[in-house]
Amino acid sequence: MSDQPLLSVRNLNTTFATPAGPLRAVDDVSFDLDANETLGIVGESGSGKTVLARTLMGLQPRQNVAVTGSVRLAGHEVVGASTSQLRELWSSEVAMVFQDPMTSLNPVMRVGRQIDEVLRVRHGMDRAAARTRAIELLDLVGIPSAAQRYRAYPFELSGGMRQRVVIAIALAGQPRLLIADEPTTGLDVTIQAQILDLLDSLRAQMGMSVIMITHDLGVVATRTSRLLVMYAGRMAETGPTGDVFRQHRMPYTRALLESSPKLSNAPHTRLAAIPGQPPNLARVGPGCHFAPRCGYATDQCRNDAPPLEPADRPGHLFACWHPLAPLSETTGAPS
Amino acid sequence: MARYVARRLATLVGIVFVISVGSFYLIHLLPGDPATVILGTGASPAARAALYRQLGLNRPLVTQYLVWIGHVLHGNLGVSFISETPVLATIRTALPIDLELILISQVLAFAGAIPLAMRAARRPNGILDRTLSAGSFTLLSIPPFIIIVLLVLLVSIKWGLANTGPSSYVSLGSDWIVNLESLALPSITLAVGSFVIYFRVLRADLITTLQEEFITMARSKGLRQRRIMWRHAFRPSSVALLGTAGVNIGGLLAGGFVVEYLLSIPGLGYTLIAAISSSDYLLVQGIVLVVSVGVVLINFLFDFLTSIVDPRISRE
Ligand SMILES: Nc1ncnc2c1ncn2[C@@H]1O[C@H](COP(=O)(O)OP(=O)(O)OP(=O)(O)O)[C@@H](O)[C@H]1O
Ligand code: SF4
Ligand SMILES: [Mg+2]
Repeated sequence: MSDQPLLSVRNLNTTFATPAGPLRAVDDVSFDLDANETLGIVGESGSGKTVLARTLMGLQPRQNVAVTGSVRLAGHEVVGASTSQLRELWSSEVAMVFQDPMTSLNPVMRVGRQIDEVLRVRHGMDRAAARTRAIELLDLVGIPSAAQRYRAYPFELSGGMRQRVVIAIALAGQPRLLIADEPTTGLDVTIQAQILDLLDSLRAQMGMSVIMITHDLGVVATRTSRLLVMYAGRMAETGPTGDVFRQHRMPYTRALLESSPKLSNAPHTRLAAIPGQPPNLARVGPGCHFAPRCGYATDQCRNDAPPLEPADRPGHLFACWHPLAPLSETTGAPS
Repeated sequence: MARYVARRLATLVGIVFVISVGSFYLIHLLPGDPATVILGTGASPAARAALYRQLGLNRPLVTQYLVWIGHVLHGNLGVSFISETPVLATIRTALPIDLELILISQVLAFAGAIPLAMRAARRPNGILDRTLSAGSFTLLSIPPFIIIVLLVLLVSIKWGLANTGPSSYVSLGSDWIVNLESLALPSITLAVGSFVIYFRVLRADLITTLQEEFITMARSKGLRQRRIMWRHAFRPSSVALLGTAGVNIGGLLAGGFVVEYLLSIPGLGYTLIAAISSSDYLLVQGIVLVVSVGVVLINFLFDFLTSIVDPRISRE
């Protein structure tokens, strides 16, 4: 058990059947995550982060979606599992904090009931115990006067408070893995930092692993031990956070770093420093998806997809035919 | 919430006032002087004089209205010169029949529409959904009088079920089983129309709700499909349903007379038609007043229910 990672993803593909043809939103993604580890997944809007997160949980609706590859979570295979098998994993092994707290809570159910529902239905608590625990959880995620807030409807709470409620729901089952999908989108700057710090301290307190999804490198720099940079559904680069920041080899990672929005930017701002736009995934060519926007692109890039290759340091991988020189010499020509 | 209800109540009082003025003025809209309209042409001069004094008919309209509304508020809607019964007494016997018809038909309609819409919405455009949608569309295009005729031909005549045909009405008080039998066909007819509306409204809203992020969130809690449908999807999807039901039930109260007339069920609709054909205008006035106020009250009630189902409504 202990030599096995908590989460092990191999050659994962998620393909949507769309009117414009098959759309591969997650393309050959593989990685491992150990207990107590925090992995950051970064990429622009539309790079497939949310689809990846939902595929990891097995939450993707079944119609018009094909998932191949393997996701092993705490010894259970997620890909191809039945709904009732997945239900056993949800909340107790893995839980998710959704992107938008304005839409992820039931608008006509009191927040307390949305928390203690998990405790009662999934974890067999009686009404009174569930209520006590729900108030504890509200308290834990930093909601003042938790006992009163227990009876509030979501529309009576601010965005930051709602996201804290969503986090409380996710924590209710004491999951071993928490997937936070851009948990601070749409919240204002000070609240963003508070929520991120909260997640950080909860991870330490509860001994969870966390996957922190964001398009904002500022968020993951200090809060993750490893990074996965995604571009158009594929892994562009992955490795220990420090290595990816300082020794990145893939031009997209560089572009992302240089254009990195500060915490003060509005969410979903286009990364202005990277010219061009991410490709339409329904009609991408065979080569490197970044080629149309890459200053180093050659015919090889346009015709063949670069494989993931190891860099100098262990665990650091990148996908590029003409990698940047290590140690981040900005003037260095590609090899 | 209290402020919301107070505001709605104020509107309600305003609307009821307008209705009362309209019903009052009805008598004055008709040709001839009000005493003739109320008492008929054959009334004796003494009776006319008495009515003039009682209603203050030679005083200004505003005073006449005040006198009239004073009587109405004391439960006095006048005495019909044709049946020589107080209008209120006639309404008191007719109204419960409508209420019973509406109650039965609505229970049937909801009992059919809610579970079927829940099933259909789980797989939009699935076989069940397509069948039900096509079926409900077909039913929607058949007018109620055709449905009732078909039902009478089939149930009362072909199957020979007694107590279901025209003129078989028996009151609830005398024999409740026969009463239910006699109301079966009109209830079913009214239920069909309501069912179609409720099914379509609820199905559409459920399909929208089921796409919402909070449903995915509910799934990610590991809840069962049943619980997600009933606890998470149904309530937010039922707001439009309640609004529609309010309007529809009001419509049944005001417009249920087709089935009542066809089957001679002595509810308000039937009584109204009879009153019009015998020029019993005082009774017409009373029924118009009661039905209009009833429609407004029903809508008020359903608005109130809506604000309970979706607490956001009353906090704006
Ligand atoms: N149900 C679906 N059917 C078809 N295409 C989909 C579906 N869901 C997502 N996609 C496509 O998959 C791609 C990745 O979307 P995804 O939501 O994962 O991006 P993201 O990285 O989370 O972006 P953001 O930062 O804006 O949240 C997009 O091109 C999107 O259009
Ligand atoms: S493979 Fe080519 S196009 Fe893609 S990032 Fe590397 S250099 Fe640029
Ligand atoms: Mg996303």
